[in-house]
This record gives sequence, C-alpha cells and structure tokens, in this order.
Amino acid sequence: MNIAILIKQVPDMERVKFDCERGLVDRSTAGVEINPFDLNALEAGVNIAESKGCESVVLTMGPPRGADSLREGIARGASRGILLSDRAFGGADTKATSKTLAAALKKMGVPEIILVGEKTVDGDTGQVGAEIAEFLGIPHISYIEEILNISENDITVVSNIFDGKFVKKAKFPVLLTVTKDLNVPRLPSFKSKSIARKAEIPTWSLEELSDFIEKEEVGIKGSPTKVRKIVVPKAESRVCKKEKDNIENFLDEMIGDLIEKNVLEG
Amino acid sequence: MINDVKKIVILAEQKKGKIHKVTYELLGKAAELIASFPEGQFEKDVIVLGSDQLNLDEILHHGADKIYHIAANSFDMPDEWLYKENICELLKQIQPEMLLVGATTFGRSLAPRIAAALETGLTADCTELMIDTDGKLIQIRPAFSDNILAHIKTETLPQMATIRYKEFAPAEWTDEVNGEIIKVDAYVKGNELIEILEELEESEFDISDAHIVISAGKGIKSKEDMKMIYELAECLKADVGASRAIVDEGYIDKSHQVGYSGNRVKPSLYIACGVSGAPQHLAGMKESDVIVAINSDASAPIFEVSDYGIVGDVYKVVPMLIERLRSKEI
Ligand SMILES: Cc1cc2nc3c(=O)[nH]c(=O)nc-3n(C[C@H](O)[C@H](O)[C@H](O)COP(=O)(O)OP(=O)(O)OC[C@H]3O[C@@H](n4cnc5c(N)ncnc54)[C@H](O)[C@@H]3O)c2cc1C
Ligand SMILES: Cc1cc2nc3c(=O)[nH]c(=O)nc-3n(C[C@H](O)[C@H](O)[C@H](O)COP(=O)(O)OP(=O)(O)OC[C@H]3O[C@@H](n4cnc5c(N)ncnc54)[C@H](O)[C@@H]3O)c2cc1C
Repeated sequence: MNIAILIKQVPDMERVKFDCERGLVDRSTAGVEINPFDLNALEAGVNIAESKGCESVVLTMGPPRGADSLREGIARGASRGILLSDRAFGGADTKATSKTLAAALKKMGVPEIILVGEKTVDGDTGQVGAEIAEFLGIPHISYIEEILNISENDITVVSNIFDGKFVKKAKFPVLLTVTKDLNVPRLPSFKSKSIARKAEIPTWSLEELSDFIEKEEVGIKGSPTKVRKIVVPKAESRVCKKEKDNIENFLDEMIGDLIEKNVLEG
Repeated sequence: MINDVKKIVILAEQKKGKIHKVTYELLGKAAELIASFPEGQFEKDVIVLGSDQLNLDEILHHGADKIYHIAANSFDMPDEWLYKENICELLKQIQPEMLLVGATTFGRSLAPRIAAALETGLTADCTELMIDTDGKLIQIRPAFSDNILAHIKTETLPQMATIRYKEFAPAEWTDEVNGEIIKVDAYVKGNELIEILEELEESEFDISDAHIVISAGKGIKSKEDMKMIYELAECLKADVGASRAIVDEGYIDKSHQVGYSGNRVKPSLYIACGVSGAPQHLAGMKESDVIVAINSDASAPIFEVSDYGIVGDVYKVVPMLIERLRSKEI
C-alpha cells in the first residue's frame, strides 16, 4: 500500500497584516507553517502507514521554501517528501493546482490512499481535494471524523456531511478529506527532526510532469478563476456599552433594552 | 429567439424530501441578477436529484422557470460521484451560463467534482454576486480566514460558485406558478466504488438556525459548571454555543462549536460567557444582531464586537442574569 499526504505551506495567520486602505495582504513579516488542517491529514497518513508497515509521502506545490514544510512533515512521521516547484506553477487557482497535484500523483503511481486537509487558512476554498479526485477518476470522501476499518482493498470511514454522519466504504484508490476531529497531530521528536534535516527532497518541475500535464494546464494559464480585487473590510467593531462596577443596574437596563427591541421573543 | 435564452442553473439539495432553504435564497439572487439583463435574456432553472415522489411545488412557488428532477432512490444518500455523473450528463443539454450551488457541506464537496469534470472554474463560499459591465459574474468571497473579501471572475463556462446559506433574502412566495417540472430518469443509478453503509444518528443538533445563542468559553472552568450556561439558555429558550477551547476540553459536543472551523450563526442575540473573542471565533458570530459579552478581562477582544459588555466574573454575572430573567418571566 502507498499513502500520499498533500500539505500546503501557508502564512502564519496570527502575523499576517491586512491593509484596509490599500486592500493589501502583507505576508512579509509573517512566517510560514504547514496549513493547520493538513496536520490532521498527516497524522492520519502516518498512523495508517505505521499500522500497515508501508510508506507515507508528503507532497506540496509551492515556492522552493516549501521544502521546509516537507521536512517538518518528515519530522512528524512521513517517510519522504516531494516538492512541486516551478515558476510556471505560480498563480494557480484550485483547478490548476489540482491538475498539477494530480499529475504528480500519477507520476508516483496513484497511491491507494491520498489524504488532504479540510481547507486552507489562506485560499480557504476546500476545493482542491475533490477536484484532484475527479482529475484522477477516483472516488473521494469528505469531512472524515473517524476511520473505522482498513482492509486489503477498501477503507471504511465516518463522513460528517449532509446534516448527518454517514458510514462510507470506498475501494482503493481513494482521496480522503479529513477534519480536525479525526486525531491530535503528534509533535516532531528530536530523532525525527534530525532525520528530516538530512532528508533529500526531490523537486519536480513542469518538465518532470510533462508526461501527465500540458503547460497550458498549470499556473495562471491553467486557471479559469482570477482574483480581480481584494477588499479588506474595516475590522468589525461596535460601540460597546461596558460596565464593571454597577453590574446589577446595568443588567436591568440591558434586559429592558432587549425587551424593548423584541430581541428576547422566540 | 427562444433558443437563445441563457440559463442560470441552481442545484437544489434535498434530504428526505425537504428542500434546503438556501435554494430559495439562490432563486431570489438569480432573479436579481437576471433583472440587470434585458427582459427574456435569462431564465432560472433548478436541478434536483431525489426519489420519484419528491414534491417540488415549493420551488415553483419561489419562481423557478424549469425544474429538472433527476429521479432515483439512490440520491437519498450523499454520494458525490453519483450526483456528479448525473448532473454533468444533464448539463450537456442545458449548457448554463452560471451554475450556483449552496455551500452546504455536501454542496462544497460535490461542486468541485462537477467543476473539474466540466473543466471550469469554481468560486468558493461566496457571500455576494453581482453582474459586471461585460455581463459576467463578479463573485465575492471571504478568504484568509474571513479577513478579506476577494472579487473573483471566471473565464470559462459555466461560471460556477458555491454560496453561503443566509446571505441572501429568499425569493418571495407567489401564488401564481409559471414554471414547469421536467422529470428525467437517472442516467446512472449505482456506484461500484463507494458504498454508503448507513447514516449514524441524525445530526444531533444544529445551531445554525438558532434564534438566541448562549455561548461558553474557557472562562467556564469545568464541565459541571456548564450547568449555569444551560440554565441561562433555558430562561431564554436559547441554544448553547461554545468556543473551540471548551469543545477540545470535552465540555460539550463539537456540533455546538461556533467559529471558523465550527458553525456560523446569526441569531438575534448572542451572549458570550468567558469567550476571549479570537478571530476564528468572531468569524462565526460577529453578524449576530445583538452581542453581549461577559468577561473578567476588560481588554478582551470580544468587547470590540459587542453591544453590551459586562466586565466581571461569569460565575457571578450569569447567576445574576438568570435571577433577573426568571423574575421577569420572559
Ligand atoms: C484571496 C484568494 C481567493 C481565492 N479564491 C479562489 C476561488 O474561489 N476558487 C479557486 O479556484 N481558487 C481560488 N484561489 C486560489 C487558491 O487559493 C489556490 O488555487 C490554492 O493553490 C489552493 O487552494 P486553497 O488554498 O483554497 O486550498 P484548499 O482547496 O482549501 O485545500 C484543501 C487541501 O488541499 C491540499 N492542498 C491545497 N493546496 C495545496 C498545495 N499547493 N500543495 C499541496 N497540497 C495542497 C491541502 O491538503 C489542503 O488542506 C484564491 C486565492 C486567493 C489568494
Ligand atoms: C485553524 C484554526 C481554526 C479555529 N477555529 C475555531 C472555531 O471554529 N471556533 C473557536 O471558538 N475557536 C477556533 N479556533 C481557536 C481560537 O483561536 C481560540 O483559541 C479559541 O476561540 C479560544 O477559546 P476561548 O475564548 O474559550 O478561550 P480563551 O482564549 O482562553 O479565553 C477565555 C476567556 O475567558 C475569560 N475568563 C476567564 N475566566 C473568567 C471568569 N471567571 N469570568 C469571566 N471571564 C473569564 C478570559 O479573560 C478570556 O478572555 C481556531 C484556531 C485555529 C488555528
């Protein structure tokens, strides 16, 4: 069995600055990290690989510094990493991103299990997983909260979707989108960190993928959606009536207001 | 002429015969978009998949021009692949200009499969749609964890978007019905690759339609202490919400979580008890009509989005509030 985990390098959202006046997102002072939701995909992949005694590969598409995230992935238990990086991949929307990742998965020989996060904290679309599955012509299952069973040819999971929880069984190969509830990601150990530091990270450019994708299909050229404008809304704020001393009185007045405004009626 | 009519197609989701309400909001929005074109240029159609017996009159009363009903019992289960196969087959005939899908969990899982199959673009989780001067859609969506709004245009057809629930006013219900229902037998009825074995307990609890929410955060120190939150909720016939911090602690089930990775709520009243107001929490509740915060830290960010702020200990303030509400018998 082979397992691939797709991770995206994203800015540390706590440190990204948003400029309301000019409509800019300034990531220059923010560090980068693995998309938080992808850590759950990674943990699931590493767990399965450990229990089945097989390999788990982390993949990311992005600029060269993406290699750092792959090393972190290895430090958190993955067997190895592959970086997809090429100037031509830049400006990709979810379609071009998915096609490029699908091409890399084909080149590897489509793994039995492909794991992705629920969504990213920057692009935030949650679309890449399902699009990859379609481009590979394999099934996908979204919003996975629990893995119930893995057998030779299939996997059974609980998917939180459609206002309910559904037990779904899929034949391999399958793409799985996981939620934060699936597990608690482990931290890297000292030993695994030093393995990760020494790991060799191959980089695949468009050329390496050329048997599986055309140059018109990647990057900005392969992207039908275009971000035309970014607006940074003014931070939401309200005029807050605040009280810390005479709370009893304040509550009476507040309840009075709320009744008057019909807010409390069911 | 009549063949030149362009189409906005809305994908309606139904579970056990109940049409998801976002469908009527999309019909409302579609009518508005169509009004910016010359009369007769566009029609608004709906595609719905489900058993033979579906009653689709409500959709007609909300102004659909055509309803395509793809019939099979297998659509009772959320099988993205099966839905995709059938929808794409039907779309070959309709060739819509725009395809709108509610951003429910199922919608967000299904729409990208359809977009990929049609080799078109897809804009995620939109909160506004407009028509540009060139007649194309401007799709507006929050990104960067709800910190910005991106304006997105799609260069391929159909222009596809998933749209958040409760962003648009539903289309008005009209007595008169002009549309028609076109029933087609499912093109594909089974799926070899995925088997949906069962639905576990129906989703316990849905907070997204709550009228009043009493929300608890890390200011509550133990699961036992949640009792006062439930009591307050009972006084106001409210639902109980939670920050992720206390969901992680196991004080309450995840279905109660409000925020970026939980549920989005828009109640008429939101009372946050011991919640700090992290951006990821605010993303789920800042559009509530009236927000009340109880927090011992006067500088907690939650106060910046609140209308009423009580700087104090939840263990004192919540019981005071309960006592007052009980004496008023609301
Ligand atoms: C403000 C803004 C708005 C955007 N809106 C849209 C839009 O509406 N439609 C659209 O098509 N594109 C959009 N994009 C482009 C989109 O963000 C990129 O295509 C991005 O490369 C992938 O999308 P995502 O971040 O939304 O990933 P998601 O679909 O949210 O990611 C889901 C999972 O896929 C995997 N994954 C995603 N990207 C990678 C990667 N590069 N390498 C490895 N694994 C990955 C991860 O496991 C991740 O958890 C937008 C970009 C910006 C900046
Ligand atoms: C990718 C990602 C997604 C996330 N999604 C969500 C989400 O969906 N929802 C969510 O809520 N969070 C989410 N978070 C977590 C979020 O960042 C915060 O950590 C979380 O909201 C904090 O919860 P809290 O306010 O209960 O706890 P804290 O931040 O610990 O705040 C506790 C507050 O209680 C006050 N307090 C303490 N004691 C008392 C007392 N006796 N009386 C009154 N006040 C008291 C304190 O002053 C403090 O303000 C997410 C984070 C990430 C990275």
